[in-house]
Amino acid sequence: MNKLNITLKIWRQFSPEDDGELVEYNLNNLNPHMSFLEMLDVLNEKLISENNDPIAFEHDCREGICGSCSMMINGEPHGPLKGTTACQLHMFHFEDEDTITVEPWRANSFPIVKDLVVDRSAFDRIIQSGGYISVNTGSAPDGNAIPISRSDATEAFDSAACIGCGACVAVCKNSSASLFVSAKISQLSVLPQGAPEKNERVISMVNKMDEEGFGHCSNTGACEAQCPKGISINNIKHMNSEYLKAKLKK
Amino acid sequence: MATLNSNIPNGELIDKWTNYRSSLPLVSPSNKQKLDIIVVGTGLAGASAASSLAEMGYNIKSFCFQDSPRRAHSIAAQGGINASKNYQNDGDSTYRLFYDTIKGGDYRSREANVYRLAEVSGSIIDQCVAQGVPFAREYGGTLANRSFGGVQVSRTFYARGQTGQQLLLGAYSALSRQIANGKVQMFSKHEMLDIVLVNGVARGIIARNLINGQLERYSANAVVLATGGYSNVYYLSTNAMGSNVTAIWKAYKKGANFANPCFTQIHPTCIPVSGEYQSKLTLMSESLRNDGRIWVPGSTDENRSPDQIPEDQRDYYLERRYPAFGNLVPRDIASRAAKERCDNGYGVGETGQAVYLDFKDAISNLGIETIRSRYGNLFEMYNKITGDDPYNTPMRIYPAVHYTMGGLWVDYNLMTTVPGLFAIGECNFSDHGANRLGASALMQGLADGYFVLPYTIGTYLSNEINKSNINTSHEAFDKSESNVLDTINYFISNKGNASVDFFHRELGKIMWEYCGMSRNESGLKKAIVNLKDLKESFWKDIKVLGSSDSLNLELEKAGRVADLIELGEVMVHDALQRKESCGAHFREEYQTDEGEALRNDDDFTNVFAWAYENAESEPKLNIENLTFENVSLSQRSYK
Repeated sequence: MNKLNITLKIWRQFSPEDDGELVEYNLNNLNPHMSFLEMLDVLNEKLISENNDPIAFEHDCREGICGSCSMMINGEPHGPLKGTTACQLHMFHFEDEDTITVEPWRANSFPIVKDLVVDRSAFDRIIQSGGYISVNTGSAPDGNAIPISRSDATEAFDSAACIGCGACVAVCKNSSASLFVSAKISQLSVLPQGAPEKNERVISMVNKMDEEGFGHCSNTGACEAQCPKGISINNIKHMNSEYLKAKLKK
Repeated sequence: MATLNSNIPNGELIDKWTNYRSSLPLVSPSNKQKLDIIVVGTGLAGASAASSLAEMGYNIKSFCFQDSPRRAHSIAAQGGINASKNYQNDGDSTYRLFYDTIKGGDYRSREANVYRLAEVSGSIIDQCVAQGVPFAREYGGTLANRSFGGVQVSRTFYARGQTGQQLLLGAYSALSRQIANGKVQMFSKHEMLDIVLVNGVARGIIARNLINGQLERYSANAVVLATGGYSNVYYLSTNAMGSNVTAIWKAYKKGANFANPCFTQIHPTCIPVSGEYQSKLTLMSESLRNDGRIWVPGSTDENRSPDQIPEDQRDYYLERRYPAFGNLVPRDIASRAAKERCDNGYGVGETGQAVYLDFKDAISNLGIETIRSRYGNLFEMYNKITGDDPYNTPMRIYPAVHYTMGGLWVDYNLMTTVPGLFAIGECNFSDHGANRLGASALMQGLADGYFVLPYTIGTYLSNEINKSNINTSHEAFDKSESNVLDTINYFISNKGNASVDFFHRELGKIMWEYCGMSRNESGLKKAIVNLKDLKESFWKDIKVLGSSDSLNLELEKAGRVADLIELGEVMVHDALQRKESCGAHFREEYQTDEGEALRNDDDFTNVFAWAYENAESEPKLNIENLTFENVSLSQRSYK
């Protein structure tokens, strides 16, 4: 494959109070096999050698599972490749002489910390409000004591595959966290272990989501389309019906 | 040289844990509420320990450097978790899991610990199911199992190829519940930079708030480290970019012994390095070897594409060397065999550092749909990263560093040589000997955190109930904090010319070349010299831009790489002194006529535990002798 020359426009913001702006950088002779984040590594090495502050961005596992990546690439969370996080996007998906814009997640509930790094602790607080099954260590029955049909196990897994990256919020015009929240609610309500707490759980988590300032869902489906793990928008339908049922029982 | 006492309880192997657990000193509920415990790290071990201890009534302070506890690197484990449930009725038992683990570790682990691990393995599955972990199921609704890593029973529980993720999210949910209950105070984006000892006892930590750069002091009655492995000493590994040795290295420098640092596992099937910019390596599940055939061209001057090379000009070297196990030999053997071919010029791809993993025969025998159903997601991932399609052309793979068996030395209670300082999960050395079996890392992390430490820590804490609260204004905290601050200020003010990554890559090259898949005396001696030079130039020439009072990722990395360089020196030292081959530690001088690892049980049936002396001296060697009363030591053979 041929080497790439690209132009980058990257959001630089020194601190939360800072205004921030897009800054242009050029990189030449890139090996197309490098990942998008490795391309940013190369840029950072260059910036450091020129005594310029390197770009801050979140990353850790670089294999698509930890959910740290949080950047809009040309207006799409995680970039143009479907079902892929930014760390698994490789440069051969871009053309020579491309201009690529890189920005952080934009949402009031995800304040910018620096450059491409945002604060996603609101997600943790939503889980703390009820995204668990209350079982103490040591009090569990035998694993096979609770049979679960294969289809329920599969459905629970599909919802549980969420990596908590926040792409759904970033792409939503209302900055709604409904996909994230509903995925956890679906996982735990489809399993018999989660049934005893399901009414309290859905009310508490939905209230917490509102309290954290996330917007409402208006069913555009952008979250599902951009989710790197293919979390289905049916989860939101499921959450809404669980919420109604729980409210009626109250 | 001192001999370390592992405090293994008396009695028969099968009764030790049960009897010991029943005789452990207890801490009453009202006293638990007065005791504070710091847990550093929120992976499987850390999150499970923090939540379990909080449920028991202790006050927990939990720390992680990631932006959320859910992102710890346990999340990336693919394959599964072992447990001796015997759900498949194939004759599995606690003893068999114990025996497989001891043998797989090449007889360099502690019998009592490994037996306990096997004993609690079943409870882990129960706990995780109760938390809502969506394990794979059979049509009847019972839990499914698969076989793994060459053992003869099916005992591996799994959640597709994302078992680590699902188990970690289970532990994270338990942790979140305790945060909501107010029993765990969570400190995300905090990095532990020192252990504070008062009168030789662990009393707290110094942590840096990574967002505003402030150093903060935290005290407790005990400190638990659950900070994972140190594979990133090789720069390129399958570990996450942030995985580091700093927490356990600071503990080592405060007196905790570091055991078997040179025992590092190389995974045979990873996507090869494609260029100098490479930042990490991606693992392809071991399961691919069930159907894929590994080969290289039979000639060193081969330029044809793989499909143009006829059968009789290919060397299926694993099948040739190990006819009984073929492509399914254990990880260490498969890795070394690939290196041997590449070192001799038979490697493929642009760099010559790769071998083929070919599914052509499997596709023609089983059909493309069967292969797709078994490996579809892996083929897709490979295609995403390399641009090649494994359905039509062989994968290219090469071994990569994956896991570290070495770590802080701990006794049966999981306490280090520093009173009040505990180590659990990958960061201790205890259970895997010289080689870890597949699907056992998740088991150990959760065993330590859910079912072992919460009990054994009581032995120590029952003596703490009459101690007064620890004040963070104690001079030990002053001194510790000022040392940490000095190092940070040094990095920020040093006028060097080279980036942190530059030094990290150099470190990786030295370690991979001389202390990687195989080691020899002259290479290790060369590494000692090279590492000394590297350390000198690191401190002279390191360049860290920006300030220390805000988010500064380069500053974080600089501290970690400084510790990794020092660790490298001790690893090399350890590898040099262990004059035998065992498990993942292959010393070229000690091999059979057929090129297999040759143990020396007379001299090395022991644990090397290194004690820090000072910056100038070599570490001091302490020994734990391993005694095997229940298994007999034998040579592993896969021919």
